[in-house]
Amino acid sequence: MSESGAADPEAEAGRRIASEARERVRFEEEALELADQVYRVARRMVGTREEAEELVQDTYARAFRSWRSFTPGTNMRAWLLRILTNLNTDRGRKLQRTPDLQPLEESDYYLANKLAAVEGEQALDQERVVERLSQGGVVDALAALPHDFRDVVVLVDLGEFSYADAAQILDVPIGTVMSRLHRGRRILKQTLAEESLT
Amino acid sequence: MTDHDPDCEKCEELLQGYLDRDLTREEVVIAEGHLDGCDYCRRRYRFEERLRRYIRVSASERMPAGLLAKLAELRGPTADGL
Repeated sequence: MSESGAADPEAEAGRRIASEARERVRFEEEALELADQVYRVARRMVGTREEAEELVQDTYARAFRSWRSFTPGTNMRAWLLRILTNLNTDRGRKLQRTPDLQPLEESDYYLANKLAAVEGEQALDQERVVERLSQGGVVDALAALPHDFRDVVVLVDLGEFSYADAAQILDVPIGTVMSRLHRGRRILKQTLAEESLT
Repeated sequence: MTDHDPDCEKCEELLQGYLDRDLTREEVVIAEGHLDGCDYCRRRYRFEERLRRYIRVSASERMPAGLLAKLAELRGPTADGL
């Protein structure tokens, strides 16, 4: 900038501050619009509603502090969940012991086959056959998943994130997302079969 | 199914990728070619689709009333406060 004299430095600084404030407000509003979606994912990553609320609040507190590190135009929901999963790892995980994984190699058709065995093959054609599984059973089966698997299943199957987004959120390779997802879903179906159909 | 039809086994292998739209074009052709003629697998694919939807709906819990207001309080100072 030369000394053309046009720019009044004070006015310039004022404009910069005002424009940054507007940007921040826009960021905050966009983030708040996503709160329900963020909560829905958070809720299934932790044990209780209180924990989920706290986790979401911590996430937003951090997001609002570090809003400048968000790149406008990128996926804000994924950005928020990255913060959330980091926070969740930092705190809760210290308390949770990772359960040993049972060796499991039930097939992908396991639950369908069980249902067919109980209700008959034709029952699989009915739209409502899934309601044979209770909603509470679904919630419990998710909660019973080892957390590495659960996080991926929750992000992809509930949050409807892509493999790539889930990989970024969890900071793991995409291949890891795919294998955890596949195994997590199998474990989930096995649990559902055992809990709902016996 | 009593016998182990290798085509069904292959189809089962492709199930997740198919539902996630993560198969190569060739694999999609294999899966769909088999599904066209196989009630057993077709039922199970459809079942799996419904199951995913059901899981999403069952496990989805909306944000508690009041949380949004708490989050809004965490916002930075307004306009001139920077």
